[in-house]
Amino acid sequence: MLMPKPDSDVIARREEIIAAMRSIVPGEGVIIDDDELRAYDCDGLMAYRQLPMIVVLPKTTQQVSDVLKYCHDNDVKIVPRGAGTGLSGGALPLADAITLGLGKFNKILETDFENRCVVTQPGVTNLALTQEVEHAGFYYAPDPSSQIACSIGGNVAENSGGVHCLKYGLTTNNVLGAEIVLMNGDIVRIGGKHLDAGGYDVLGVITGSEGLLGVITEVTVRILQKPETAKAVLLGFDSNQKGGDCVAAIIADGIIPGGMEMMDTFAIQAAEEFVHAGYPQDVTALLIVELDGPAPEVEHLIGRVETIARQQNARYVKVSESEDERQKFWSGRKAAFPAVGRLSPDYLCMDGTIPRGQLAYVLTRMEELSEKYGLRVANVFHAGDGNLHPLILFDANVPGELDNAEKFGADILRLCVEVGGVLTGEHGVGIEKRDLMGEMFTEDDMKHQQRLKCAFDPGHLLNPGKVYPILHRCAELGKMHVHNGQLPFPELPRF
Amino acid sequence: MSTTDNCHSPNSPDFDDMTDNLKAENEQQVLDAVKSAASDKIALDVRANGSKAGLGRATDIGHVLDVSGLGGVNFYEPAELVLSAGAATGVAEVEDLLADKSQQLAFEPPDLGPLLGGEAGQGTLGGLVACNLAGPRRVKAGAARDHFLGFSAVSGRGEVFKSGGRVVKNVTGFDLSKLMAGSYGTLAVMTELTIKVLPAPEKIRTVLISWAKDGIYDHGGVKAMTDAMASPHEVSGAAHMPAGIAERSSVSYVGDSGRAVTALRVEGPEPSVAHRCEALKNLLGKYGDIEELHTQNSTAFWCDVRDVQCFVENQDRYIWRVSVPPTEGSRVALKILEGRPGEALYDWSGGLIWLALAPAPDACANIVRQHVAAVGGHAMLMRAPADVRARVPVFEPQNGTMADITQRIKEGFDPHGILNPGRMYEGV
Repeated sequence: MLMPKPDSDVIARREEIIAAMRSIVPGEGVIIDDDELRAYDCDGLMAYRQLPMIVVLPKTTQQVSDVLKYCHDNDVKIVPRGAGTGLSGGALPLADAITLGLGKFNKILETDFENRCVVTQPGVTNLALTQEVEHAGFYYAPDPSSQIACSIGGNVAENSGGVHCLKYGLTTNNVLGAEIVLMNGDIVRIGGKHLDAGGYDVLGVITGSEGLLGVITEVTVRILQKPETAKAVLLGFDSNQKGGDCVAAIIADGIIPGGMEMMDTFAIQAAEEFVHAGYPQDVTALLIVELDGPAPEVEHLIGRVETIARQQNARYVKVSESEDERQKFWSGRKAAFPAVGRLSPDYLCMDGTIPRGQLAYVLTRMEELSEKYGLRVANVFHAGDGNLHPLILFDANVPGELDNAEKFGADILRLCVEVGGVLTGEHGVGIEKRDLMGEMFTEDDMKHQQRLKCAFDPGHLLNPGKVYPILHRCAELGKMHVHNGQLPFPELPRF
Repeated sequence: MSTTDNCHSPNSPDFDDMTDNLKAENEQQVLDAVKSAASDKIALDVRANGSKAGLGRATDIGHVLDVSGLGGVNFYEPAELVLSAGAATGVAEVEDLLADKSQQLAFEPPDLGPLLGGEAGQGTLGGLVACNLAGPRRVKAGAARDHFLGFSAVSGRGEVFKSGGRVVKNVTGFDLSKLMAGSYGTLAVMTELTIKVLPAPEKIRTVLISWAKDGIYDHGGVKAMTDAMASPHEVSGAAHMPAGIAERSSVSYVGDSGRAVTALRVEGPEPSVAHRCEALKNLLGKYGDIEELHTQNSTAFWCDVRDVQCFVENQDRYIWRVSVPPTEGSRVALKILEGRPGEALYDWSGGLIWLALAPAPDACANIVRQHVAAVGGHAMLMRAPADVRARVPVFEPQNGTMADITQRIKEGFDPHGILNPGRMYEGV
């Protein structure tokens, strides 16, 4: 993975920058010793590591603003960081950059049940938001699997998902407002407790911008009443095609389940061996369908899902009879990653999204790729929203295997794009999928995205080297071809 | 704007001789038109049927880029919950197509044609998204932006670009779909849009609180809606009509009672709807007499709310659309209406106020914006004569850093300012 060449001039100024940072963030908020810096040398994509030049942990928005302004004026790069749980390397440090950690922004500022929202600092964990409001029957809907550790600021930066996206949306559908500090130190507030903000949807583009547009210092999220009840049904099929057809049939019947997860043979077996969830071992595809809502609705819909599943030739149908049993159904799915991890020294977790109807085809092609690369692959799939998580098993100690696994992963993502899907459903592009962006976007597509970047950070100081394979200079992007002499356009009707 | 048959004439005049209109029927022609306009720095008023021509700042752009030829559904896959269509595809056409498969656009697109003094049923998918409109279900399902998955467009630079895709879960690159939604055609001309569709509810019922005769129940209505929205009963619409508005309702039960009403909608499968209706009646009985509207009456009632039917008549009045924190709705509205002739309709549990005010030179902008600013929110002047919408900022004025960002985004996508210039803000 090629990262931008460190700027030796900046590294030479390290002492001077440290002094400036200490004058802004007093106390222990500036980290410079290698031992301590090591804690920040990677995020959830641990195959890539780099010591940051300096880590700064501000406590106030004003400090963030002062840090960014200094860096803006002195041409120092910034890598924003939440809890460091991201899986695509978005918070990978740079040798010539300050890693700006938002961990000290850990307070929930306001809980407003009447307007059904929470105003929070960005370092608060996703789960802590739900814990703060659950006594009143509320919760925060997006639930990435890392919710116990990941921060809401990171969720906004990555537009995080989870298993309930089809019904409840991604982060972007659940954020109402934010305070953002721009690279030049300007502080802007967008949105709030109201729904329509007017003007260009800056909140919408900041969400999922992977730390390239600004640093989030406050977030307002909407909260929902917890569904009265939830029930799950476990369905087994003897082919992926039948499992996929059942997913389509459920949706075509007008049912939007709270969660709908699919696992392939390898994932089923690994999970069962690991946590004994009671999964049938003689099926090729396993589907967990969860219905949530008022009890009469859940009872009614579970019945309909059962009927549909039998029509779709499910060979195994089991409805959860208790909350314990529902949790048990989920235990295997939730343990799928570590369960597969147990079977191999290392694994890569991929994250493409495909149109649901392409599932069987994609899995067949993936089996062919598995043979080609000589690496095993297990599949867990957010079947409701088409988000696929193939786990590629490899051994990093075998020379060449990491490289091989990455090539395999890239082929899988190309396959996702080929069938009408996308490179990443919820993990983000980061550095991991950066060089594959050209598979999905033309040069003009990416240039238009980067023009948005230029509106926020024309000097490319925020999180460079992430998301885009080539960062065009903003001056260059601003130029426009003039088409004089090419007129008139003969194809154009005029009247 | 007029369209004539000679638009396909092979002897088209050169751009320099162009009088008023260009008509594009495919992306290539849009590209040619925009390139051509960019090179000559000629501003284009981008429109299809013009159903929203009265929305936004009034502008006087000489040349029209007519994109009404960009219609047609590319694909609709009910099991994938996705539809892709040309930008000028009629919203009504899309809704008919979806209804055949018992699906819908869940954000409940309003048809504001009549409110703005035009015909009903003229809106297009591109216009709907470009203005980021949404109806009463906004409180549960979000706005157009939340259902807009991807697009292809020609930017003011004269370049084709696309963003997003056809799947719901997608975080690949910046989310330019969000930028396009609500940009009023000032950044790019969208040619194709891909949107998420959802199952239509099997049953719709509305729990109606009828308040006592006479008296102001705006605060009570907001309180009742707040209670309902905080319940686990999945309310998908929460509106309050003061008596003067309720009496104009097309639903006879509402119109005849002469009382203020607060309405809460529940949707879903029959057993669920029945259960939640009962629960809501128990919860809200303390506020007034409780009635229930079933599917047909409910549909009519919520169409009225969605399209602001109550303010279609009496086109002289100015209309404001105000978004505030829901619990502040009635306080803000009543303060604005103090000593001022006008009416307020509440949607989104109080979070959306439709205000009809008597004509005034500044459209009461100062007083409206002052009260909105006190609680945080956004006020848009929806209906007023063109000279007023040219003089009074239609959108909440921006300043400082936000204005700079807006300007820089505009410059990035439309450096010569040729696409709908001034439609949102002066100079943008």
